[in-house]
Amino acid sequence: MIEDIAQIVVLLIIISTGYLAIKMKDLLGAVISLSIMSLLLSLEFYILQAPDVAIAEAGIGAGLTTAIFVLAIRGTKRMEGS
Amino acid sequence: MRGMSKIVRTITNILYSFIIIFGFYIIMHGHLTPGGGFQGGAVVASAFALLVVSYGALKIKDMLKAKNFSVSECSGLLAFIGLGFLGIGTVFFYNFLAGKGGLFGNVIYGINPGDLNTAGVLPLMNIAVGIEVLSGLTLIILYMFNANNPKEEK
Repeated sequence: MIEDIAQIVVLLIIISTGYLAIKMKDLLGAVISLSIMSLLLSLEFYILQAPDVAIAEAGIGAGLTTAIFVLAIRGTKRMEGS
Repeated sequence: MRGMSKIVRTITNILYSFIIIFGFYIIMHGHLTPGGGFQGGAVVASAFALLVVSYGALKIKDMLKAKNFSVSECSGLLAFIGLGFLGIGTVFFYNFLAGKGGLFGNVIYGINPGDLNTAGVLPLMNIAVGIEVLSGLTLIILYMFNANNPKEEK
């Protein structure tokens, strides 16, 4: 019962942060929102009892891709042009 | 390219050594607990990525050099394939150290209480994969960083 509630809450936050990552005009904020989504996805993998995939997701998704996106935003502009 | 603010640099100074230690812990315990060479190498590479992002070009040119990481990536791959070929007397990737006693091949009957020296050649392969993955992912970060400021590459 408590696992179901935790899964519903985590999945709702994942959906909302993914929507924010699409809709934000500030690209740095969008990248941070995407990293929060990835971190919660690793938490969801841990709840589903796959800690191996959870470590890989937290390392690659929340760590390295965020760094690559931040370096790419530094090379270009921060705000999304309309 | 300048680094980030002083708050970010202070937190990086506190945290990055612990992240590196945790990554090597995941690599060394790869045959007992969840994780292994790839996951531990990704964690260590995320610590190096934290250094690159927060410090900019100030210290990175002295600390993290692309040539050293390229050499260690190639040596990790060579160690992995060499350990594969060392057991070719039986089959390719044969676990030739298992059950021999000593540092790598102790035999445990029943449930393993957490001893590290029981898996034969698997910890060595985990270490090789870990070195290769951390060097490769750090190389991706360094080339991405050098593409933004091509004058400071050498």
